[in-house]
Amino acid sequence: MPGDRDSLRRGLRLGVPISLVIGLVAITFGTIGVDMGLTPLQALVMSALVYAASGQIAAVTVIGSGGGLLPAVLASGLMNSRFLAMGLALAPSLTGGRLRRAAQGQAVVDTSWAMANNGDGTFDRWLLFGSSAPQYVAWVGGTALGAYGGGLIGDVDALGLDAVFPVFFLSLLIGELRGNGSRVIALAGGVVALALVPLTPPGVPVLAASAVALVGLRRRGGGAR
Amino acid sequence: MSEAGVWLVIVAVAVLTALIKGAGPLVLGSRQLPPRLVGVIVLLPSALLAALVVTTALADGQAIRIGATAAGVATGGVLLLVRAPLVAAVVAAVLVTAGLRALGVA
Repeated sequence: MPGDRDSLRRGLRLGVPISLVIGLVAITFGTIGVDMGLTPLQALVMSALVYAASGQIAAVTVIGSGGGLLPAVLASGLMNSRFLAMGLALAPSLTGGRLRRAAQGQAVVDTSWAMANNGDGTFDRWLLFGSSAPQYVAWVGGTALGAYGGGLIGDVDALGLDAVFPVFFLSLLIGELRGNGSRVIALAGGVVALALVPLTPPGVPVLAASAVALVGLRRRGGGAR
Repeated sequence: MSEAGVWLVIVAVAVLTALIKGAGPLVLGSRQLPPRLVGVIVLLPSALLAALVVTTALADGQAIRIGATAAGVATGGVLLLVRAPLVAAVVAAVLVTAGLRALGVA
């Protein structure tokens, strides 16, 4: 369908500038991964197979601090748990059988999911695929650079690169609030997450914050504001 | 952890992540979400994105740290609010964060 091709193209156009940022984060992940005891190949394979920055960083951090298999996998699972909510939201906008849909769901990352969101409860799946593709390439390529480049960029924190992700999420949030988003819900979600940071393992605050959206149950159908 | 142990973690994390990402579509199949749930989905990005912003900007593990990163992100946020391009906001945030850190702010 021509509409699909337009969406794919639009997704690619949106995805490319973001991949520059993702590439920087990926170089960081590759560098940190090797610091934490992974071989460069392991860091690379992990990025190719997992494609979930925060979940990978969570697992690798546990490995680096001497934790075992179970804590590492659990930390990563908690960090990624928000994808469960995103997948449920996305599901009706996909096509084909269950397995096909589950395969399409693998394209979800925070950024592509947020951009593919039409604001009325539906999602533009080709825009999702289009914006995810360049980010995947940047994620895997950047990891390789960081892992094999041996301290290519030096100290990530000294360079201020830890400010990249939050600003990026903030830009998506501002876009959301200028569209169909809700300021009250955003504020509540932020407060819940912040309050839980000291009390729970990383990953839980974000998942718990998503529960704030459940107040939408009390409203009738879409168009909630 | 041994090299083999790390491989195990990688495989387990890959499988778990695929299951998490695929679970919704797998369970729902072609069924439509009930209209009441659509109301939840519409609100979900606001809550999730706000939580991602505060945790990535202010959380350092389980500690809350309002320092160089927070100042950098705030700078980027102001630029975004006046509709500066994302790249400019990101660069400004990185520069402010790195600059403050060079001055000794955590």
